[in-house]
Amino acid sequence: MKPRTIIEKIWDRHLVAENPGAPALIYIDLHLVHEVTSPQAFTTLRERGLKVRRPDRTLATMDHSTPTTPRGADGIIPVTDPIAQKQLTQLVTNCAEFGIPLFQLGTINQGIVHVIGPEQGLTQPGMTVVCGDSHTSTHGAFGALAFGIGTSEVGHVLATQCLLQQKPKTCEIRVEGTLHPGVTAKDIILAIIAKIGVGGGTGYVLEYTGAAIRALSMEERMTVCNMSIEAGARAGMIAPDETTFAWLQDRPHVPQGADWEAAVAHWRTLPSDPGASYDLVVELNADDLAPMITYGTNPGMGIPVTGNTPAPADYSDLSQRSALDKALLYMGLEPNQPLLGHPIDVVFLGSCTNSRITDLRAAAQLIEGHKVAASVRMLVVPGSQRVKAQAEAEGLHEIFRAAGAEWREAGCSLCIAMNGDQLAPGQYAVSTSNRNFEGRQGKGGRTFLASPLTAVASAISGQVADVRDML
Amino acid sequence: MEPIQTFRARCVALPIENIDTDQIIPARYLKVTDKNGLGEALFTDWRSDPEFVLNRPEAQSAGVLVAGHNFGCGSSREHAPWALQGFGFKAVVSTYFADIFKNNALKNGLLPIVVDPETLLQLTSLCQEDPTTEITVDLANQQIVINETQTVGFPIDAFSKHCLLYGVDQLGYLQAQETAINAYETTNPQRVNTSQLVAGS
Repeated sequence: MKPRTIIEKIWDRHLVAENPGAPALIYIDLHLVHEVTSPQAFTTLRERGLKVRRPDRTLATMDHSTPTTPRGADGIIPVTDPIAQKQLTQLVTNCAEFGIPLFQLGTINQGIVHVIGPEQGLTQPGMTVVCGDSHTSTHGAFGALAFGIGTSEVGHVLATQCLLQQKPKTCEIRVEGTLHPGVTAKDIILAIIAKIGVGGGTGYVLEYTGAAIRALSMEERMTVCNMSIEAGARAGMIAPDETTFAWLQDRPHVPQGADWEAAVAHWRTLPSDPGASYDLVVELNADDLAPMITYGTNPGMGIPVTGNTPAPADYSDLSQRSALDKALLYMGLEPNQPLLGHPIDVVFLGSCTNSRITDLRAAAQLIEGHKVAASVRMLVVPGSQRVKAQAEAEGLHEIFRAAGAEWREAGCSLCIAMNGDQLAPGQYAVSTSNRNFEGRQGKGGRTFLASPLTAVASAISGQVADVRDML
Repeated sequence: MEPIQTFRARCVALPIENIDTDQIIPARYLKVTDKNGLGEALFTDWRSDPEFVLNRPEAQSAGVLVAGHNFGCGSSREHAPWALQGFGFKAVVSTYFADIFKNNALKNGLLPIVVDPETLLQLTSLCQEDPTTEITVDLANQQIVINETQTVGFPIDAFSKHCLLYGVDQLGYLQAQETAINAYETTNPQRVNTSQLVAGS
């Protein structure tokens, strides 16, 4: 048999039908649902008198428009935005009517959709996972084929558990070498996107390989795969290995006993075969990487934290030059300007990219004994209620509070700024999230994307800082 | 979905590359539970500038958006094509489209037209010189007609083309695959069961 990549192996196993003149029909093992991209899909089902085919392969949570403000005396997280409340109520109604399990706001299992799937052990190697959210690529960290879909496709999966898909091209992103202290998984992915651009992965599924990827923890792998979409790739994945199996074992939903052994035996067959070929190969060396930060208005506009902004005059392509001009104007930055030392107003530690327990531990360890600068507001938003509970059991919340940071309830929060957490016009934020688009964190707000370590170092100094100076 | 027939429409140029879906419609407008009124929020932050191209009187009747490279990157929000259609657009022209946006557009009858960089530049210049510039979009022959006589072909996968031309609903097509789906489920064991999880948690 021709050597196959892990991408092809999962694709082949999920083929339901290949009809002439139509895209392949692909089976979906797990469908995650949230309040923002699902209401119109349920409306379609209702209009056509359809049921949800497999509610037992579907799970809903609340995350995007939910407040992260503290609970009231009654233990309830108050929703003060009536439009958000209506949307959340609609999700409750839809899940009840169609029999879909739902993690409601404030309950112990609730959280960001891409944090809770893995946390519950629902995301497993070899599966197909979809969600009406582009950061579904996160789940690829487990060796699953996971990608974001629109609301029409949410309806397709609800009704049939299948999607019509064109077979994707494959791209290997090989990262050899070893990360230096202060350089993290976030810096790897920001460097990759800076290298290939925000459209560089369009049409591909990325497979991250190499020694530097193998050395990452599962949380770090999720950070890398999460931002695959920021390079235009719908999915990014990492072959499962002992790190994956150890992380999954004993999670609520993984097989137990003999079933576990059988599952692991199957998962060991998933990695790409020796000699499997990719449509494209990109190489990086982790030894060459520094902490990364973005200066512009898309995630590909990234530089080493010690670098300067580029100059539009250096670009011969008119379209690129005008894009850079526009980005620098929006960001209030000059060409050839260093970012180190640039004053900031807000630091956001959270999002489906960097809100897991290891992110919080690393940040807490660095901030302990320091204070957030008086001019800076720092929000720490755990990715899920379970992450929050774990962090509190370890006393991390006390460390953040002692440093002057806000300790919040779980949700997407300032990453998408739908829930009241937002930047004021003109404010600068160092954010551990995934998008620095114009207005993403609030109209007129300006985002520097960086790792949790860079975020903490910057929070303490009140300006963009190089974490390596603290180590 | 209404079948797409050959149509002629005014073009408006927005020559910016990597226009993301947060610009097309910011997240604060995603708290709706239907598709109504999204056209009013199209490019809302950019439209706060009175000089912005979509604020010009000629743009009010535009049906084709001529955008820069990599249109629709970022979020999977289908509110982006809904908002474009709500404003009156029937097609977007670019050199390439982000995958999820393209999928979403095709499922709603908003035609993503991929052209070469030279054609895009030409069309952009035409629109900037004459804001009443119109093109003809002929899906059946997979071509646009510029300046009455110049035809430029564009690619589209055969299935999407068929669905758009005849108003075929993809969900209906999927439902008709019931036998194959049943057969797949019979021979492939279930990997996870979310209802068990919730019952036990």
